[in-house]
Amino acid sequence: MSLDFAQIVPYIPFIVNGIKVTLQVTLLSVVFGFIWGSLLALIKISNIRLLKGFAVAYTSVFRGTPLILQLTFVYFATPQITGYNISAFEAAVLTFTLNSGAYISETIRGGIMAVDKGQWEAAKALGVPYRKMMTDIILPQAVKNILPALVNETIALLKESALVSTIGLADIMQNANIVKGTIFRYFEPYLLAGLLYYVMVMLLTWVARVLERRMRRSD
Amino acid sequence: MIKIQNVSKSFGSLDVLHDISTEIGRGDVVAIIGPSGSGKSTLLRCMNLLETPTKGTIVIDGQAITDPKADVMRIRQKIGMVFQHFHLFPHMSVLDNLTYAPVKVKGLSKAAAEAKARELLARIGLSNKADVFPNRLSGGQKQRVAIARSLAMEPQIMLFDEPTSALDPEMVKEVLDVMKGLADTGMTMAIVTHEMNFAREVADRICFLDGGRLVEDAPPSEFFVNPKSERAKQFLEKML
Repeated sequence: MSLDFAQIVPYIPFIVNGIKVTLQVTLLSVVFGFIWGSLLALIKISNIRLLKGFAVAYTSVFRGTPLILQLTFVYFATPQITGYNISAFEAAVLTFTLNSGAYISETIRGGIMAVDKGQWEAAKALGVPYRKMMTDIILPQAVKNILPALVNETIALLKESALVSTIGLADIMQNANIVKGTIFRYFEPYLLAGLLYYVMVMLLTWVARVLERRMRRSD
Repeated sequence: MIKIQNVSKSFGSLDVLHDISTEIGRGDVVAIIGPSGSGKSTLLRCMNLLETPTKGTIVIDGQAITDPKADVMRIRQKIGMVFQHFHLFPHMSVLDNLTYAPVKVKGLSKAAAEAKARELLARIGLSNKADVFPNRLSGGQKQRVAIARSLAMEPQIMLFDEPTSALDPEMVKEVLDVMKGLADTGMTMAIVTHEMNFAREVADRICFLDGGRLVEDAPPSEFFVNPKSERAKQFLEKML
């Protein structure tokens, strides 16, 4: 066994620099995915047949095919079909948004259904219109219930974002790949990359715990 | 004020209400009583369209609310409802529970809604609870806040669906007292209740339901002293 950490020291900043892309892709996708997922969830609990069918089929397709295939598809097929030369970053955020939207929509739908029926009735009895009832009364309670699940989804997304290296985006994973190819050593760069992911996930877990505690003050 | 004409309601093949007709005048307090499963709550819930009658019409203030074209949201703003399990909004403070609908639904200014809310809280004796969350309140306090929340919309009618049934016995009185005070202000009220003494004391009329039918509709002096139907007699024997 030969380990030589001295060799990768000059490359550490380069790998660490990948955090920027990893975080950008993750955060943008989580935010857009949450909005898109909320919309899908609202459609799923609505009575609009056509949209409902679409939302269900959509979720089924995005959960039923590999993420790496979706990413490849969006990145390479978009220029072919639309003529628009999509950048790797755009393709990454778009794919992860579409994909996490599918997962998040199911989580949110479950959260909405779990809100006490009495809350809907109390809001209705006060004459609160549907949209305000959802945004002010039902969704805040639903989100509180599903916060742990949303954090899990974010953590999963953060880790899966490593897939963007396959379309050449310079995230942590891709930069580790590059260092590997430069110094011909595997263990050290990937160990560092793994460490970076792990620390980020731990940080996220901690933030979630604090957030959850704050939101639980009304229990 | 409320005219109920030949109202029937079924859930699938289950008939819950059969051809009910009655009237609640302005300022009347009507207690709806009867065994469980007799359709009391369903009848009450038809009055603000939380349930839609299968047949018949309900006219409130000259407006047929059972008309499919009726503006349900607007109608509900005029009718307050208090539930057995309170259903306060758990993620809002007591004050926000009271100001939410007036601000967001009626378009009142925040300041006006808050002034009104504080006045209501003073009336139910909970001024010191304005900023706490509902989970910090006892059952009786929750129900008083729920009543105040409905009153904040300045309704013309108040519906109560077993408002004391989920309360510990020692908290029943504080809620009934608030309701009594409300009746004294001339509020039109329909109350589904098992509190016979309260019904006798406060109600102008008793509607006795059994098996989805309105079996008796009489002033308490008549109903409690001299019930006409066998079912009502049996029911009262068990309750009193």
